[in-house]
Parts: sequence; structure tokens; C-alpha cells
Amino acid sequence: MSELASEKPSPAADAYTERQRGGGSGNWTIRGARILGGEARDLFIRDGVFVAEEVRGAQVVDADGLIALPGLVDLHTHLREPGREDAETVATGSRAAAAGGYTAVHAMANTDPVADTAGVVEQVWRLGREAGYCDVQPVGAVTVGIAGERLAELGAMADSAARVRVFSDDGHCVSDAALMRRALEYVKAFGGVVAQHAQEPRLTEGAQMNEGEVSSALGLRGWPAVAEEAVIARDVLLAAHTGSRLHVCHLSTAGSVELVRWAKSKGYPVTAEVTPHHLLLTDDLVRGYDPVYKVNPPLRTQADVEAVRAGLADGTIDVVATDHAPHPVEAKDCEWAVAAMGMLGLETALSVVQHTMVETGLLDWAGVADRMSVRAAAIGSLDGHGRPLEPGEPANLVLLDPAASRTIEPAELHSRSRNTPFAGLKLPGAVRATFLRGTATVLEGKVIDR
Amino acid sequence: MKRHLLSTADLSADDATLILDTAAELARIADRPIKKLPTLRGRTVVNLFYEDSTRTRISFETAAKRLSADVINFSAKGSSVSKGESLKDTALTLEAMGADAVVVRHWASGGAYRLAHAGWIRSAVVNAGDGTHEHPTQALLDAYTLRSRLGSLEGRRIGIVGDVLHSRVARSNVRLLSTLGAEVTLVAPPTLMPFAVEGWPCSSSYDLDPVLPKLDAVMMLRVQRERMDQAFFPTEREYSRRYGLHAQRMAALPEHAVVMHPGPMNRGLEISAEVADSTRSTITEQVANGVSVRMAVLYLLLGGSEPAIGTENEGGAK
Amino acid sequence: MTDGTETTVSPAAPASAAQAAMRAVLDASAVSRALTRIAHEILERTQGADDAVLLGIPTRGAHLATRLGAQIAAVEGLELPIGTLDVTMYRDDLRLRPARAIKRTEIPSGGIDGKLVVLVDDVLFSGRTIRAALDALGDIGRPRAVQLAVLVDRGHRELPIRADYVGKNLPTAQRETVQVRLAETDGQDAVLLGVKGAGAR
Repeated sequence: MSELASEKPSPAADAYTERQRGGGSGNWTIRGARILGGEARDLFIRDGVFVAEEVRGAQVVDADGLIALPGLVDLHTHLREPGREDAETVATGSRAAAAGGYTAVHAMANTDPVADTAGVVEQVWRLGREAGYCDVQPVGAVTVGIAGERLAELGAMADSAARVRVFSDDGHCVSDAALMRRALEYVKAFGGVVAQHAQEPRLTEGAQMNEGEVSSALGLRGWPAVAEEAVIARDVLLAAHTGSRLHVCHLSTAGSVELVRWAKSKGYPVTAEVTPHHLLLTDDLVRGYDPVYKVNPPLRTQADVEAVRAGLADGTIDVVATDHAPHPVEAKDCEWAVAAMGMLGLETALSVVQHTMVETGLLDWAGVADRMSVRAAAIGSLDGHGRPLEPGEPANLVLLDPAASRTIEPAELHSRSRNTPFAGLKLPGAVRATFLRGTATVLEGKVIDR
Repeated sequence: MKRHLLSTADLSADDATLILDTAAELARIADRPIKKLPTLRGRTVVNLFYEDSTRTRISFETAAKRLSADVINFSAKGSSVSKGESLKDTALTLEAMGADAVVVRHWASGGAYRLAHAGWIRSAVVNAGDGTHEHPTQALLDAYTLRSRLGSLEGRRIGIVGDVLHSRVARSNVRLLSTLGAEVTLVAPPTLMPFAVEGWPCSSSYDLDPVLPKLDAVMMLRVQRERMDQAFFPTEREYSRRYGLHAQRMAALPEHAVVMHPGPMNRGLEISAEVADSTRSTITEQVANGVSVRMAVLYLLLGGSEPAIGTENEGGAK
Repeated sequence: MTDGTETTVSPAAPASAAQAAMRAVLDASAVSRALTRIAHEILERTQGADDAVLLGIPTRGAHLATRLGAQIAAVEGLELPIGTLDVTMYRDDLRLRPARAIKRTEIPSGGIDGKLVVLVDDVLFSGRTIRAALDALGDIGRPRAVQLAVLVDRGHRELPIRADYVGKNLPTAQRETVQVRLAETDGQDAVLLGVKGAGAR
């Protein structure tokens, strides 16, 4: 398909190619994109900002048949740097993000060293700026060393150059109720939000997968839904009590959806996210003991999948967040029990959402923009992202071809790791272009080297 | 291709019967002065044990040697396994050594399945117990023992009592015995009953006494004392009182019923010494039958150009 | 039938097509006469056969051994010990075919040490089954001597083995198949000759 053909006359071809390689100067004309899946019209970009009039000499992108959405925002990404650069780096992870249509990602704090000081969050933030593929917004740890004992210097991280607003011990639960209460209270001072990994530790000791029929048959220790739900129940009440913002990470059970729905009906300041894999996959996949399906929270049942889809459709669940969790080969090419938990997500999220939510009629493309960009940016207090594609707004957008389909090949991913649970699966949709403030990070489906 | 024995769920009734019939023929050889058969001459069987289990390893070793296979014992103690070598690297080593079959005992559920299906080795894999998942040859030797005591298992009522939740023996037995037409009842305190046991091909009860009079056989499972510290039951005394098999309870069994235990036993906890040593007990028979059953499994997996048992598909999970 | 390269029609197999392609070379009465003759020869050549043990190679050899025993009893009033000897685990072609179910080995209570063992099989072909039988015997005991009785000798030996008693010498081509059918397993007695692949399984 020639969706990104240039109208350049031949004399300037060399110059065009030159600019193309660098991702463009910031002046673009995007022809005939369907805005949020609606009417097709042209978009004009000058110096990284949408404008009302076409700019003379702008590069032209033929977007016939493509859908334009605001650049996607991920609230939950593990970029692994510093510490586990063998799994991912800020550079490789943000390339993967761009390939997946993202213009901003929130880098989780469970690095080594943990992002629990202004120094570490600023380092991650700076690495993201240097890589230039998307905005890398660090998440700060709630507690020192994500050990769940003492509050980290949340204020210092908030005041740093990284301007941290989301705090999370993700990977671990802030299980101490008193500590969680203090964290919620404390972040009010700078408009922060605590993103909780809801997992009651005592109920999940040694747990390997969802507790259910499959775990029972496989002899793998179960991870009961109540271990997630009990913490969410407590935390929404704490959010109500403190009047502070709670964000529930990667909720995965029907019961969790019910609890969040109830909390929202009460007007409590609660938001929630679901991962692409929990929208599609179930614990039945564990039957082959392939650790690529090992993840925290675990894959649940079909009933849970349907409940989280319904929750995402009706807005109970605010956002789709990838929980992109790269792991080196050896962490997965082993016995289930010793394998690391986590899955890749950045480069497949949009396709999974199209497959599970759009093609099922649960969400339209405006809904996808809302759940994958607008609300995520709002929860993360991220300026310039999740904005309408209107004059005066920063030109952050993704162009996707909804009619395309592709079979997921791990070797073709931009992530440094290969642990995608969607390998071999045929999924709809393909990202054709991503623009970060007018700079193309992806063109013709290919990441532009920077 | 069917070339592994990983779970009794992979065995059809015909497969299981073929194994038991073959074992019965092979058992007769144990009475001869020369107990060895040349059948697997030149084949290499590796016993890869990540958990100590002298009795299971010796049973497999004896079985393989009686079939003239070369046996290599690779145990977690005193080998590179204990130095942190991954299962994958160990598997690649065994592949390079030309193992025809790997008999694997692993502490992790699915260890044998991974070894068979991760693409590391081409040899046949026999599960000699994986975590709390399965122990198929134990179930086969239990079925063999039951058949020799009771005849056909069709319609026979068998109780499995104790820590079903953590028992690979129970999982393998439920699947195999139900395949062979027996009616299995699991008896355990609610804390040691597996989740969603309603979906298993058996019935279940929290009470032992009402079940006993209907049984043709009762299989007592080993209860590990550390379960008490994890609050699965309050005290050994209470466990023993509610779920232990002692002489008085044994009297409630029908005349012909037998008492089984996969061993090793906790005498005085799940089974009293008096019961363990009674004529109804098949416990020593079970050990002797283990060799014949394992010979049958090794022969049927390795004895031809392709295996004669197993219906497992290689398609994996999707 | 136990010889490696021959085929057997099981009773359950559709017989019509297979049989159409197969020609009877011995009918029931001819089989019966052949067995009677072998029984007499055994008595003659062993001078009364008083230390003989008949060991049939399952499946059909075992039935033939039983019949020979009965014939000898009828002629001489002598009840010879009769047993079976499965040779599956001793075969040299195990790796060429799927693992097979093993059959019963039943050694008479008097054993075989110092005895004259007469092995009984239905068809003698390559000789490999008998080689396996000799190995199996060696693991069970030490007979005084071993002899071989077969209903049909079809030639094409691959080993230096010959039969002491032959019901019928049947010159065949390699591509032909010989089937022995017995009342005990197949409903009726007959020896059939056919061509490989022409309906026979």
C-alpha cells in the first residue's frame, strides 16, 4: 500500500529523502485521515503544532484509509533501565513504544537502582529525551527501594526536572494500610496519584497462576481473585477517606471491576487500568507450562476477560495500559516455577484493543482514543498529550491502518526482548505513522532512526 | 507423535491396559534366575532427579537395567545441577550425550512437560513426579496392584484420603483410575481439597467415616508435617483423629478391601502401624510392582520405532 | 504368526477382499494330516519323546503346540509338558516397527533344564524368530537339545537355521505372503498364499 507516498516532484527528491531520514522538519500535510475514525479530512502541522492552513513546502503523507488518533499514552511501562539493560533500555523501549503508536510512556519505578530518588527519575527522564522516540515520564516509587516500609522522597521527585506525578511500587503491593494511607495523603500536596499494584502478599505466597480449574489440574499454586480484590476494596475506601487520587494498576478480575464501579458510583477519586493481555488471554493457555504466559497479575478466566472488556467499554476502567515487561530469553526459556513474570505489550496493544474492543463493537475509535490516550494523559497529569487533533495543539498523533492484519513475529519487534504472548497470533490493524510534536518517529510502518 | 509419559490424562483406557498387561508379563520374568532382557540394549536411559527420591530412582534404574539399557544417574546433588545450571542447559547436555529417554523428577509442576516440549531435547521423557502435578508411573503401579488384588477396576470404588491439594499421586490416580472405569472418592479436610475439584472425574467428601464402608480400596496419602505450620490443619492429633486410618476405622472397610499408601509413610499420622502392617496393606507389593510397571513403560516408549502408548498431542497450549 | 516380515489377517479384518487375492495351499484336512505326521515324527525321532517339552511361539505356534501335544497323547498316551515362549523382547527388528504388545511365556513347571525342547511355530521364513527364541531359551534354562517344528517352511532363510519337522515345504517368492489360519484364532484351518499388497494387511 502506498499510504505514505510523497507528492514531491523529482528535483527535490534527494532533499526529501534527507529530511525523511531525520523524521522531518515539523511541517506536514496529512491527507485524508479519518479523525478518530470519523470523517476524513486533512491535518496540517507547522513546527510541531497543528495549524488550520496547509504549510507551503510541507511533506505530504497520504493517509487515505487511515485513522488518526492522538498519540497513545501508556501509564504502565517497564523500560528496565537502569539495571536490566539486557532486557530493555529506555532507547529500545521507547522505539518499541513509537512503533506501537505511543508518544508518551510512564516508566515504572522497579529498576535497579529503584526510581525512588530525584536522581534516578531525572536520569530516566533525560535518557528518554535523548532517545527522542516518545516522552518518557518516570513513575516514582512510593516506598524506599519498593520495600513497602518507608515513604520515598515523593516531594523531591515531584519537584525534580522529571516532574513526577504518578507514584507506584508496581511489582509489589503497598500492603501496609497505614503506609498506603500516608502515601495517598502526601501526594495531595503536588497533585500526585498513587498507582497501586493490588496483591495481598500473604494470599499469594508462592502463587504461580490464577487460582481456578486450571491451576488445580496443573498442580500450580493458585493466585486467588480475592487477593487482588481485597486490596482494591481497602484502597478505594482509603481514597474516599483521604480524598486523594488512587489509580488501580492492571486490574484483572470481574470482582475488581465491580469494586471500581461501586467506588466510582460513590464519587470516589478512583481510576483503573487493564492490560491488553487481560483483554484477550485466559489461564487456559498455561496448560502447556510455557512461561511466556506467566504474568502478574495472572491471566484469568473467560468470565473475567468479558468483565474487564465490559468495564473498559462503560468507562469503569479508564485506560488500557500495557504493563510492557521485557525479560531476557533465559528468564522465560526455563521451568514455569522459576520463570520471570511479565509480557511485552507496547507493539501489540493497539491491535489487541482493535481486536477485542472495536471489532466486537464495545468501543468506537473515539473510545479507543479516550482509553488509550486522553484519560491516560489526564491521570498522569501529562501536558500536551491526549489532546484533540485541533489547531494550536501539539502534533502528537498516530496513523493506523485498521484494514491491515499481521501475524505477530517476536523477531520483528523493536523491543530488546521477545516475550510476547501474542506470537503467531494474527491481529488486526497496523501503525503506519507516529508523530511526536511534529516529528515523525514512525513512517510507512517503520521506526525512523534518530 | 506420542513419545512421552507426562500425565495419566494422556493415556486412553487401551493404553493403560496395554501397560498393565505388559507389566504383568514382565513381572513373571522377575521370578527367573536370569531377570534381564536384551530388549533395550544400546539404549541410554537417564535418570534426572532434581529431588531426592531414592526409591523411585532405584525402581526406574532397576527397570531400565533389566531391559539392558545403559543407565546414567544425574542427580541434583553432586552435579552441575546444584551449581545452578538451568534445566535447559542440563537438557542440552543430555541430548549431546545421546539419551534415548530421560526419566525426570522435578520439584516444579510442569518440569517434565517443559523438558519434553520446550524443544531442548529429542528424547522420550518419562515424568517421575513433577511438583504437585503428576506422578504417572506411581498411579500405574497403584492400578496394577489394585488389579492384581481386585481384578477389573470397572465399577470399583476407591477412596483417596489426605493431602490431595499437594499430591501428584492423587492427581495421577484420579485420572487413571477413572479412565479404567473405577469410581474415585477424594477425602480431605476442605483446606487440602483442590480448588474446583467438582470438575474432576471423581466425587469428594470432607468426612472419612461415611465413605469407608463402600470402598474396595483406600489409598492413604502422605501428609507433610510442615502443612500444619501453614495452617492447613490445626494439629497432627486432630488430623489423625479425623483423617487417619487406624485399626478401628479399618474395620469399617468391607472384608475384601485393601489399604494402599504410595510411601514413605508417616506412621501414626495418616496411617497407624497396625494398619500399615496388616494383610490388607499392599504397601510392599506396590514397591515390587513398580519395577514391572516401569519396565513396561520404558519398553512401550523405547522398544520400537515409535512408542505404543500415549495420546498426547504436540500442539502445545494454543 | 511371529516371523518379522510376514503379515497376518486378523479375524476382525475384512476377509473377503484379502481372501480373494489369496490362494489356499493347505485346507483344513491337509493341516490336520500335516500335524499328525509331525506328531509321529517327533515320537519316532526322539524315541518316545519321554523328556520332550513342547514350547509354542505365540500366537499360532502356541496353538499348534497344544494340538501336537494332544496328537501325541492320543497316539502314545503320553502327556508331554506344553508351554509358550514369547520372543518379542529378543527380536532383532524391534526398532524397525512400533513397540508391540508382548505375549505370554509359560514354562511348564518341570522347567527345561536337561530336557529336549521342541519349539513350535507356524511359518519358518527368515529364521530370525527362531534365533530370538534360542536366545530367550538361554535365559530360561539349559535344555539337553532344541528341535524345531513348523507347519510351513517357505524358504528364504537369512540365518543358518533349519526345521527338524516340517508340515509342508512351500516354495515362495519374496513378494508373496503366507498366512496360517487356525480354528482357535481365525475360525478355520488353512494355509493361504498371496501377494504382498494385494489386499493383505
